[in-house]
Amino acid sequence: MKYILMMNTMKAGQGIPQWPGKDLQAHIAFMKNLNKELRDSGELVSAEGLSFPDQARLVRAGKNGTPITDGVFPESKEFLAGFWIVDVDSPERAYAIAAKASAAPGPGGAPLNMPIEVRPVMSGPPPEML
Amino acid sequence: MTKPWDTTSEQLLRELAPQVLGAVARRFRDFVSAEDAVQEAMMAAFTQWPQQGIPDNPRGWLIQVASRRLTDQARSEIARRERETAMAMEAEIMAPAVDIESAMDPDDTLILLFMCCHPALTSSSAIALTLRAVGGLTTTEIANAFLVPEATMAQRISRAKQSIKASGVPFRLPSPQERAERLPAVLHVLYLIFNEGYASSVGAHLQRLDLAREAIRLTRCAKTLLPGNEEVAGLLALMLLTDARRAARTGPDEELVPLTKQDRTLWDQGEISEGIELLTAALSKGTVGLYQLQAAIAAVHDEAARVEDTDWPQILALYQLLKRVSPSPMVTLNHAIAAAMVHGPSKGLDLLRTLDTDARLAGHYRLDAVRAHLLEMTGDYEGAIKHYRIAAGRTTSIPEQNYLMTQAARLGDNTRGSCKSDGPAGQRIP
Repeated sequence: MKYILMMNTMKAGQGIPQWPGKDLQAHIAFMKNLNKELRDSGELVSAEGLSFPDQARLVRAGKNGTPITDGVFPESKEFLAGFWIVDVDSPERAYAIAAKASAAPGPGGAPLNMPIEVRPVMSGPPPEML
Repeated sequence: MTKPWDTTSEQLLRELAPQVLGAVARRFRDFVSAEDAVQEAMMAAFTQWPQQGIPDNPRGWLIQVASRRLTDQARSEIARRERETAMAMEAEIMAPAVDIESAMDPDDTLILLFMCCHPALTSSSAIALTLRAVGGLTTTEIANAFLVPEATMAQRISRAKQSIKASGVPFRLPSPQERAERLPAVLHVLYLIFNEGYASSVGAHLQRLDLAREAIRLTRCAKTLLPGNEEVAGLLALMLLTDARRAARTGPDEELVPLTKQDRTLWDQGEISEGIELLTAALSKGTVGLYQLQAAIAAVHDEAARVEDTDWPQILALYQLLKRVSPSPMVTLNHAIAAAMVHGPSKGLDLLRTLDTDARLAGHYRLDAVRAHLLEMTGDYEGAIKHYRIAAGRTTSIPEQNYLMTQAARLGDNTRGSCKSDGPAGQRIP
């Protein structure tokens, strides 16, 4: 069963770039290690980090389908910072991985306990007949 | 003298894979290293044989290449050790490959099948290892079939092998008692491979390796190796009788077509008659297991030339039997459909109510999908729409979701236009 684990962070200006160097390094090392663990366990399908929210543009189709771009609405509280897609044996295992990612170290090494949204990816086989 | 490479050659190579692996694993007494070495020998054959032709003794060729690989490995290890240890080991390892071939055992494929479907492994690991060690598929092919990166699949296989090593399973045929205990796990793995393939033959995944065909091939092989076992025959029959409907299962836009709406002239009569023959022979021999019963149900559907010819009372009786042999909420679900077809939808809905408190099915889309069908049969279109929508939100299959949303939309359109529904969407058999 494949699940997507979406990691949300606070809006621009409150995130990682403001952290002290030591904490930043610890955070990066944690994430690298998590990805390695998932690769080694044969569960990682993909993992991607996204650019900072200030690089995001909202796009809509205008007349004749031409793109109309806009900045991100400032009232957005959370932004998608990155995601993992994992292929695991049970939803519980996906939740356990999400909990691990959620506890990534932040400033002062304290766990961030970030919200991680876990959703099944639509790639399931039909139910078993048995 | 060599033979040219043709369309049957790949099949030949796959059939040789477990035999070669068995011989090499027995000789070197190391399943894990032997498996890697055989995989490399297979890769070498896949690249060399199409150009240079198939050697006279393809099995001997593969054994020799794999053995050489293992010997080289052992040598480099030996180089790091004391000289006297080296002498002793070399004498052991350097025996010529001819010896290995004479040590071949026709049961090797069976040993491997039991090893790879070991209950200590998770089903995803067992599936991957079985496809590689018994099916002779490459890691790349298996990774593509399951839409995961090759590195991930390689790790999964490697971990599966480590678990087997850690559990200390010897490379020998399990005793008759062990075999009886572990056969259900073997059949379940084969069944899961088939099920995965049957699902992925839908829609966007057509380019994927044909796992359903591969499962049929492996089950055929298991049947040859376990000739007296009626459940293996039952599983093979079930696969053939289900696979027979493949061409009719999807419409021109790759949408799912339920059993009741399929163009039955597209069903593969060859597979149907083979399945029925296997099943008839198996059923005449005594104890009836869950695979034989499911095959029997599939056969009743396949024997009806038109949907209205379906012998529902017989299907209902078979589900009642299946419920006794192997009770599960999925069986009860299907039993409810059969009961609705024989005794009317309210009887089916009564049976579904017994499942509402079953934790094994809590939140499962199939319960809502079946309830929606039965409510539609009673004329409760609003209730049907509601449950089709709930089911659509819970499935993890896109074709299934499209199908369920389409059912809800069709009923919605009809209710708004106040015309009659065009009848129940029919039973869906996965």
